[in-house]
Amino acid sequence: MVNGLNLLFQFLDSFAFIVLAAAGLAIIFGIMGVINLAHGEFIMVGAYATTLANIRGGLPLPVAMLVGVAVTAVFGLVVERVVISGTVPNALSQRFLGRKVIEPLYDRLADSMVATWGLSLIMVQGVRIVLGNSLDQIGTPLGNIAYSGFSYSTYRVLLSVVALGVLALTYYVFTRTEYGMRARATIQDEDTARALGVDTERTYMTTFAIGSGLAGLTGALYAPTITMVPGLGSSFLVEAFVAVVVGGPSVVLGTTLAGGLLGAINAAVTNLFGTFFGRIALLVTAIVMIRFLPDGITGFVETVRERRQEGA
Amino acid sequence: MATEASGAGPADAGGQSTLASLRRRFEGPNTVGNSRGFWIGFLVAVVALAAYPLVVGSYQASRFSLFLVYAFLGLSLSVVWGYAGVLSFGQVVFFGVAGYTFGVVSVNFATPAGITGAFLVGVVGGAVMAFVLGYFMFYGGVRDVYVTIITLVSTLVLHTFMAQTAGDEWTIGEAALGGFNGMPTIPNLAFGVGGASITFSSTTFYYLVLGLLVATYLGLRALVNSDYGRVMVAVREDEDRTRMFGYDVERVKLAVFTLGGALAGLSGVLYAAWGNYMSPGVFELTFASLPVIWVSVGGRKTLLGAVTATVGIEFLRNSLGGELAFVIVGALLLVFILGLPGGIVPWVHETYVEMRGDGTQPEPPEATTEVSD
Repeated sequence: MVNGLNLLFQFLDSFAFIVLAAAGLAIIFGIMGVINLAHGEFIMVGAYATTLANIRGGLPLPVAMLVGVAVTAVFGLVVERVVISGTVPNALSQRFLGRKVIEPLYDRLADSMVATWGLSLIMVQGVRIVLGNSLDQIGTPLGNIAYSGFSYSTYRVLLSVVALGVLALTYYVFTRTEYGMRARATIQDEDTARALGVDTERTYMTTFAIGSGLAGLTGALYAPTITMVPGLGSSFLVEAFVAVVVGGPSVVLGTTLAGGLLGAINAAVTNLFGTFFGRIALLVTAIVMIRFLPDGITGFVETVRERRQEGA
Repeated sequence: MATEASGAGPADAGGQSTLASLRRRFEGPNTVGNSRGFWIGFLVAVVALAAYPLVVGSYQASRFSLFLVYAFLGLSLSVVWGYAGVLSFGQVVFFGVAGYTFGVVSVNFATPAGITGAFLVGVVGGAVMAFVLGYFMFYGGVRDVYVTIITLVSTLVLHTFMAQTAGDEWTIGEAALGGFNGMPTIPNLAFGVGGASITFSSTTFYYLVLGLLVATYLGLRALVNSDYGRVMVAVREDEDRTRMFGYDVERVKLAVFTLGGALAGLSGVLYAAWGNYMSPGVFELTFASLPVIWVSVGGRKTLLGAVTATVGIEFLRNSLGGELAFVIVGALLLVFILGLPGGIVPWVHETYVEMRGDGTQPEPPEATTEVSD
């Protein structure tokens, strides 16, 4: 039966899931031109750190979540230095071989995909070897909202509020802070930005850490609601990619619109035909969107705006 | 690494000229191994592979034939990505579709003639799938990395789809698709009609796959060194410039993609016949990434690299087994993409040419850096 409130909650749930899954990926892709196929595994790191801090470390859940975010951000920083920019291996090889061995992966889309895919294989299997096939799970907090014979988890509704908060914060960081200005300058024209004194290397490093931290936040937030297995990241990866593709180049606006559109489609189809078709609908939407709007929603908006300006 | 094509023809005169002209078809700047030494090594390798079942017995041979089956999948990506510049995560789509098609047809018509038909239908199925997806993408203006993402998403769609085909409504004739559990009882590969037919199992299957692989490798070498192969490489290097020279870039990409689909399909059909089994596992991300790994490690711009790395990595992965296999494969991938973006085979080739140092191959002048508009 289709029920208005059910549909609304379903929508909020899908919206939050898509936005949170995509945010970190969108930032890293949009600014650094690196496609991080290990994004799901970064989320896994956040979820695992939160769970371990909460259950084994005995920290209260909100603190454990902060630990999850911090651990993932630091992990992202290490990955950026070692793999993406190759600074650490290059420094070592400079000392011992007298030459650099690694070209940074910035703007090498295919290579960055392959490299981060290798990273994700190592992470999934490494976690499986070290921590086993599953972990105890944190119980979902906050109970349920009950209404006319149905009930919905309060926590999952809360997540949609958090998702909006994340979007607002990202918007603030990238438009109102000095770091945001440097980051946008670096996207637009790296050489000019560097000539004007922007330390682009450092911008990339910060950006990757922020993107990773957001992935960690997603993992931390969803830790109480999903089964803790090493491969949990793959369930986020699909939604994240679809949202980035549908959203297009503008990180905040694109992710919001994509989350809204895809959330609505997913909620409606899931409600009518079940979860399986909800998922298929998402994937088909992505394929059709790329076909007709190769630059995503925001790319389309941009084109329309330019055409207007030319007309005026 | 390029040797000049026109000048590199062997200088043997007289009686060897037919052999020489035959050799010239397989040689050119787009493949490594254009010397007599290479061909002697190639022959030795083929003979060694042919002798392998006699040495290790039919069980090991049957196990090894799986790696050779995967080599077709590696080759398909090498052609599509390495030569035409289209990075596809979806070669397993064509692999899987062909395997399932072979399964459905051969279970329903389990006679040698039916299985021969199923083989052909499976390969064509892979090619048609690639054609449809490719047409949609290339003529729809989907570019670069978005092609990669679409192929990745297609893989996921098929995985989600095939995983839910457990019910009775997903039975085609006598063949149940079987959801997560997959399709067991797919018959062995057989060619022929009625009494005049051969069924391939363990050692015979090994020889069939080896023969097909050698033929495919040589065929692809001839292709990439032909004029058409040069156009493919031109598309990889610079689409706009190739278009300006009057080539139909979309058609070239579509044709190569379809060929890649057929090769992946061939691999899928052989895979289904090898294990008598097909499951949605072939559409999983882990499996979808394997071809990319093989080809990146081996060197995507060489066919030889794709074949050797596929067989080598799968052999290694299979022999290691256990928990560490994926960690090691992942680490290999990281090290090679970062340290040797070109792959092992081109690197070995360059080192060899440098070491020989006989100066017959002058270093080609560095390509002038591109003038951006």
